[in-house]
Amino acid sequence: MNNPLQTKSRVERRQFVDTLIKRIPEALIITGLGSPSYDVFAAGDRDQNFYLWGAMGGAAPMGLGLALAQPNKPVVVITGDGEQLMGIGSLATISAKQPANLTIIVLDNGHYGETGMQRSHSSLGTDLVAVAKGFGIRNALSITDLAEAEKIAELINAKKEITLTQVFIETNEPPRALPARDGVYIKNRFRAQLGLAPF
Amino acid sequence: MDGPQGSTQQWQAAIFDELKKADIKQISYVPDAGHALVIRKAQADSDIQDIALTTEEEGVALNCGAWLGGQRAVLLMQSSGVGNCVNMFSLLRSCNFPFLTLVTMRGEYAEFNPWQGPMGKATPDALELMGITVMRASHPDEVPELVNAGLAAAFDAGEQVAILLSQSLIGRKSWVKK
Repeated sequence: MNNPLQTKSRVERRQFVDTLIKRIPEALIITGLGSPSYDVFAAGDRDQNFYLWGAMGGAAPMGLGLALAQPNKPVVVITGDGEQLMGIGSLATISAKQPANLTIIVLDNGHYGETGMQRSHSSLGTDLVAVAKGFGIRNALSITDLAEAEKIAELINAKKEITLTQVFIETNEPPRALPARDGVYIKNRFRAQLGLAPF
Repeated sequence: MDGPQGSTQQWQAAIFDELKKADIKQISYVPDAGHALVIRKAQADSDIQDIALTTEEEGVALNCGAWLGGQRAVLLMQSSGVGNCVNMFSLLRSCNFPFLTLVTMRGEYAEFNPWQGPMGKATPDALELMGITVMRASHPDEVPELVNAGLAAAFDAGEQVAILLSQSLIGRKSWVKK
């Protein structure tokens, strides 16, 4: 039985996200609600971060719209297994466009951390890398080692092919690090760093 | 009987012209017969990205992502899709994203399929409950001006707008192949 919970090694989420973001200074980042938003904020607030606090299932398609609008910038969606599962069809939508500058990072602990650590489908039999490949995202891979963050950063910066990376993370719950919840502020700040007017 | 083919083509072509004039760069959709011409024209236009969605709420998030990156986008869907979008609409109000969707109506005029009734009849209220301004075109002549007005409200005033395209505009669906 292929149970990802039995995977020998797992990455500590904060360490992984921090290591990755330090190596992708140009990246525009969209975060899925819950812990991924906290992880990205804990790595240091940036104007190029857009933190979702809701809209579950929307992180990946939001990343697609952004990647198509900004084809010269690396766009990275950092989300969790539960959030990506809710928007799983968006992987087909993304695959149909093959945006070379888009990378989806799924921080996968196999659980819904925000609601009390109930198991997600990722620990109930679903293989997200196989799903992504089935949808046509050929460059889909999983990692279990912090050292691989470097390789993922290189793929992001190269902007050569739509990529999905499933990062097997520990089921720890680091201290909360809460980004701003004012969506209008985050939106206008994000647009301003691209030279766009508020609205 | 279908509505006159010529007039259907005309108001659909007028929609595309308005979108083009307003510098719309991304057109996301779940297909419907009433959007068929706009979708074809979007696919043929090298300056516009057409994005086929698996479900309509992806389009809500996608269009917001486009706006974050400096592009204008619209979402095309059928009234049944409005129900699929409800929670995702909270993204629009939480962040005050400009938003325009064109919704072809079912379940309201010469409808053959009773399964289209419940969501079709609830569509205007569902949109309004989520804070979206609803406009409606029921006559071919008013389509271009309403779409133009919706584009202005969304992208000049930053509003969230849905334009309903009445089922009577689209005409009766032929259920038996002749």
